[in-house]
Amino acid sequence: MNERNPFWQLLLARMREFGREPEVLFWVFGFPILLAVGLGIAFRNKPAERVAVAVLISADSGALEKTLTECKDLDVSRVSEAEAAAQLRLGKVALVVVAGDPPEFRFDPTRPDSLYARQRVDDALQRAAGRADRFAPRETVVSEPGGRYIDFLIPGLLGMNIMSGGMWGVGYAIVDMRSRKLLKRLIATPMRRAHFLGALMTSRVLLVFAEMLLLLFFGWLVFDMVLQGSLAAVALLSTLGAFVFAGLGLLVGCRAKKVESVSGLMNLVMLPMFVFSGVFFSAERFPAAAQPFVQALPLTALNDALRAVILEGEGLSTQLSQIVILAAWGIVSFALAGRWFRWL
Amino acid sequence: MKAAIRCRELRKTYAAKPPVEALRGLELEVREGECFGLLGPNGAGKTTTVEILEGLVEPSSGEVELLGTTWKEGERALRERIGVTLQETRFADKLRVDETLRLFASFYPRGRSVDELLAAVGLSEKRASWVVNLSGGQRQRLAVACALVGDPELLFLDEPTTGLDPQSRRQLWDIVRELRARGRTIVLTTHYMDEAEKLCDRVAIVDQGRIIAQGSPAELIRSLGGDHVVEFALEDPNQTAPETCLTLPSVRSARREGDALLLTVSEPHVAIPALLTLLAQSGAALARLTTRHASLEDVFVALTGRHLRDE
Repeated sequence: MNERNPFWQLLLARMREFGREPEVLFWVFGFPILLAVGLGIAFRNKPAERVAVAVLISADSGALEKTLTECKDLDVSRVSEAEAAAQLRLGKVALVVVAGDPPEFRFDPTRPDSLYARQRVDDALQRAAGRADRFAPRETVVSEPGGRYIDFLIPGLLGMNIMSGGMWGVGYAIVDMRSRKLLKRLIATPMRRAHFLGALMTSRVLLVFAEMLLLLFFGWLVFDMVLQGSLAAVALLSTLGAFVFAGLGLLVGCRAKKVESVSGLMNLVMLPMFVFSGVFFSAERFPAAAQPFVQALPLTALNDALRAVILEGEGLSTQLSQIVILAAWGIVSFALAGRWFRWL
Repeated sequence: MKAAIRCRELRKTYAAKPPVEALRGLELEVREGECFGLLGPNGAGKTTTVEILEGLVEPSSGEVELLGTTWKEGERALRERIGVTLQETRFADKLRVDETLRLFASFYPRGRSVDELLAAVGLSEKRASWVVNLSGGQRQRLAVACALVGDPELLFLDEPTTGLDPQSRRQLWDIVRELRARGRTIVLTTHYMDEAEKLCDRVAIVDQGRIIAQGSPAELIRSLGGDHVVEFALEDPNQTAPETCLTLPSVRSARREGDALLLTVSEPHVAIPALLTLLAQSGAALARLTTRHASLEDVFVALTGRHLRDE
């Protein structure tokens, strides 16, 4: 491209500054990958766990213990009356069985593993006592890519990155330039302001594309993640997200003169979205009363739409309400930023 | 000669409690092709004045005419014809010198080449350095180069040498002189009187938002009535009052400064013997006596009773 093209030179300057900042490169590209690796390992799908149960030692506990030991998913130990209560309380065993007719189960019904243990022990003892099962159900084991935590996580990380990238890459960058008097110096030239803002936006879109491809490629390479929908739809949503959060960044940075004050403001804007917008867990978990607020956040809309396309293969036409929410945030942000923006 | 800048009755009041009157009816005229200096202490209104002239700050009232037009008439066209350095611009740390210049050059429809500019400000060897690795003087020269990319008819330099070492100051002075020789109009602000005397064809002394004197450095100094300053101190500082010295031949003014008396004198060879006779008659012993040429600093002190730089 032309050496005397101001838009190109501004874009080039922006990309160079970005590429020459190792910490920024890490936060944009390295950090989400590390998060994906860490959380992907922590919340991987584990094989069914064995449950610890104890048999209270008594004269007739031998047969009962033998029956239970034959169950593959039970860890059976023996306890005295004195130990039984303590082991239950400390969670070392999920259930204590006392032999008798009928046998007695001691457990805390609020603990999921105790309920599970009760079910298993009951089954085993009933069968040993002669209960016949009417049928053996056909079982189909499901552990397909698409339903795992990592599948849920990767689109959330992409959304989170689009948000923080827009806020830092536009909001912080603008205030930094203002505090250096670089903005003032630029408007003392014949530079067109549209070129400046256009280059800033374009640099964001280019970076968002790079982040999107990196995260999707990484998910596929390491976690066999499958992109169900079209890449073009993901790219379009990412571009829209990049513009919306660039607009929010511009709004947050429209007046601040010091980078310290804009950092605080950005955290104030981003923190609710980190928590409520379903980056790490579903936004549906918040109570119904909070949902109108949660669903109106731009990051919730972006994450929902990205997940629908990436995980469920939806097209953009089914995500219109999310797109409308995003567009509204974008339009309002740019309009307010345009009114309040200060170059000096 | 045509006027490059003309402004009348410039006022600027910043909203605050109480409101700050930065400019209180400032008038000036800069001629085409001259180097014009705004000289004054910190806070006098120099930067506000140039930033109004540069179209960066809106005056509260008053008129500004630049290169035959106004900011309202044609901002962009005007921007293409002027060059600006601000007080302390910090360019992007991790852009190279030549990259920064190419960026600024791209905003102008025509101008000087990057190589030519680098040579003009003596940064050819630093062309591939990141801005963050430049010294203060080198950064200031880069700022000047960025102001020159569009080959401006009119150049504004706001405190171009503040905070620089003597060698860097002289390098900048050479750049300004060369531009002056190319027929460009230059407006610079400074609180260094020697800078104004050495570089400027004409100087306006600014104090408290007004211009209190205007003219060539030589004219302003002549207005003191004498080109020379005789400074002396007595063993007993209270022995001679300034008023006594005013009666001596060729002494135009006298003032006390610390333990010394300063006399503005037109003919030192007449004044000094008379002074020595006076002191001998009153039996006062000299602690020291020096003479020097009068400077713009003396003009400022004569006009305001204060020094340019607060000591």
